[in-house]
Amino acid sequence: MIPEIGHFALILALALAICQTVFPLVGAHRGDAAMMAVGRSAVIGQFLFVSVAFACLTYAFLTSDFSVLYVANHSQLALPKLYKVSAVWGAHEGSLLLWILLQAAWALAVARFSTGVPEAFSARVIGVLGFLSVGFLLFALLTSNPFERLMPAPGDGGDLNPLLQDPGLAIHPPLLYVGYVGFSVAFAFAIAAMISGNLDQKWAKWTRPWTTVAWMFLTLGIALGSWWAYYELGWGGWWFWDAVENASFMPWLIGTALIHSLAVTEKRGLFKSWTLLLAITAFSLSLLGTFLVRSGIIVSVHAFATDPTRGFFILTFLAVVVIGALMLYAWRAPSLDSDVGFGLLSRETFLLLNNVLLVVATALVLIGTLAPLVVEMMTGGKISIGPPWFNVAFLVPMLPLIILLGMGMHTAWRTQKADAWWRVLRIPAIVAIVLGVVIPLLIYGRVSILLVVGCGAAAWIVITSLILPIRSLRREKGTAGITRSALGMSIAHLGMGLFVIGVTVVSAFGVESDQALQPGESIEVAGFEFHMVSLSNVRGPNFSAIEAEIEIRDDGKLIDTIHPQKRQYLVQKSWMTEAGIRAGLDKDLFVALGDQLGQNAWSVRIQYKPLIRFIWLGALVMALGGLIAISDRRYRGSSRETEATA
Amino acid sequence: MKPRQQRMLAVGLAALGIAIAAGLTLRAFQDNMMFFVEVSDVAAGKYPKERNFRIGGLVVGGSLQREEGSIDIRFEVTDTACTVPVSYSGVLPDLFREGQGVVAHGRMGDDNVFAADKIMAKHDEDYMAPEVAASLSKHQQDIQEAVVKGAAECGTSDS
Repeated sequence: MIPEIGHFALILALALAICQTVFPLVGAHRGDAAMMAVGRSAVIGQFLFVSVAFACLTYAFLTSDFSVLYVANHSQLALPKLYKVSAVWGAHEGSLLLWILLQAAWALAVARFSTGVPEAFSARVIGVLGFLSVGFLLFALLTSNPFERLMPAPGDGGDLNPLLQDPGLAIHPPLLYVGYVGFSVAFAFAIAAMISGNLDQKWAKWTRPWTTVAWMFLTLGIALGSWWAYYELGWGGWWFWDAVENASFMPWLIGTALIHSLAVTEKRGLFKSWTLLLAITAFSLSLLGTFLVRSGIIVSVHAFATDPTRGFFILTFLAVVVIGALMLYAWRAPSLDSDVGFGLLSRETFLLLNNVLLVVATALVLIGTLAPLVVEMMTGGKISIGPPWFNVAFLVPMLPLIILLGMGMHTAWRTQKADAWWRVLRIPAIVAIVLGVVIPLLIYGRVSILLVVGCGAAAWIVITSLILPIRSLRREKGTAGITRSALGMSIAHLGMGLFVIGVTVVSAFGVESDQALQPGESIEVAGFEFHMVSLSNVRGPNFSAIEAEIEIRDDGKLIDTIHPQKRQYLVQKSWMTEAGIRAGLDKDLFVALGDQLGQNAWSVRIQYKPLIRFIWLGALVMALGGLIAISDRRYRGSSRETEATA
Repeated sequence: MKPRQQRMLAVGLAALGIAIAAGLTLRAFQDNMMFFVEVSDVAAGKYPKERNFRIGGLVVGGSLQREEGSIDIRFEVTDTACTVPVSYSGVLPDLFREGQGVVAHGRMGDDNVFAADKIMAKHDEDYMAPEVAASLSKHQQDIQEAVVKGAAECGTSDS
């Protein structure tokens, strides 16, 4: 009964999503306030019914209702409660439902909080969001109904993929999806602006906080995914340039470019058409990512099971969205002309460079991701593009980006006097170069050109990001301090600096070693002694495991004892590696059990990962920067402010 | 700057960026592109010499050998028509098992053993890498039999 209610709620949600699309768009076109108002009610209704559907599926999981096919395939009686909930989005159908729920939630947030925006404009935004909801609801109902029954119901379910039975992965997809779907808001604002022809700076201002929130969540989602891959896949890497990782990274790169170009459009009325194009691209890449993940056309450890009809549906939807948006763009964009100029040395120039470099980086990732597909279609040969290629290719646009970032932050809008600029930046530049040599040499005892560049660049960003906040701290009370949005920018860039130092140090000084080890034996890796004390059998709620006790010593002094496990999940009979990690801000020491080699010996992978935490810490700080930026007064009570300036 | 100049600057920079990116991409692709080669082709000597490539197939049952207490292993991979011996040193992925699909990265050694530097088994039991599935279906032998006994009729199609 409950699953049927869920299915029915989903159908009603589709009907309401159609209302949410048609009424506000037509109403805005005709200037009919009543019709536009229908849109807002439809948003609330759609959200409610999607929530009901989502609650029904969650209920089916919690009560282990194996007469529902999706539940039978992806849950199991002994599954801990937390994972019964997260199993809801553990595979294709449920994760699509989560996407739909979040899409509805974003629409609700826009309907509720975009108060300073003219009625006709927000009606169009809601209409476009409604259209996207229609697409995804149809997708779910036609190809991927999560409520499909299975008769007769099996006694027990097929279990959730053990890889997904992890708290990090329980919240990774929701965060990622909030980000992905969030770019649909920027997309909807751009489309609404183009439909209305009202392309002055205001739409940029309205769009900015939404875009930043979406970007924040995407940042957190990607970082969490990377962290999960690090400790759960058991390999200790933090980024593999896997097609599905790339699928989430491309919208992030374009989203980052969008945030920067929105700043220019809002402040100076420049780059208008470019900003529109980025808003369209960011969401299109989110959709492309979905297509790649769900169609199974790309080889990846993350890919969902293959189903051609699903791939075909998303591809069609992607084509409708992208072609529609681009045609509208082609029609409207040529009328955009700004007559304001800017100096060669100005913040506008730096932000322009930022955008060019980020777009180039995205293009490179896209090329690397799609190349295997293209080559196979053209020649039939099956190739893969390895991480080394991505590492090198990606560095090419990133290095200049990092250097320019430090300069751009301290460059004025319109035009900047070169001598004043140089006075601010010369000391940070010198300090950064010195630190670039000193950090690797003193702490890690080795230096190379790449290390100097990496550490120097990281120091350069950190220092230049801190100039503004420190100055405002020093300033006496009463004088105008730093704005929240400038502080947010500084913090986000600081996060980037932390990220760069983490990446540089861990790739240069990280040690990985596969060895054989048995109880009573010790091995030394990177100056640390790993001593296997014992092996024992342990049991979890739905798995049995072999657990090793390993003592780590530094100079004979015991610093920690870790317990890596090799688990066998009882239902799927699959083996999982649960790494033992001694985590620290300065370094991680990592031991994963491999295979049993003989009577008592095991192969183990031991790793020393200096500063690897800075990678995720950096991402966290970047997201924090976004949070601070959107708390800026400018974005609140905007109705009063627009009245005042109008 | 005047709008026109701005646009020129933007277009110029974009063109420059794309040109550099395209150049580097093509150059680097040469070195990092890894071809998937079917086991039968490898057995017939048709594989890229002196460079890395991928092979994939099923791990032949009973072919896994390891010296007690060592992390060096050897096993055979079959596409049901031919088999290729593979050597590897290190930790195997969790889903590596005899009879299961596997993909290996590496290059052919002088001893005609494929020296793998990376072994991948899919994290989902039911999933098989598409190229492996395609390669297996092409040879259409009894998979069970091939896994248990190893391949039988290697070379008949090639020589």
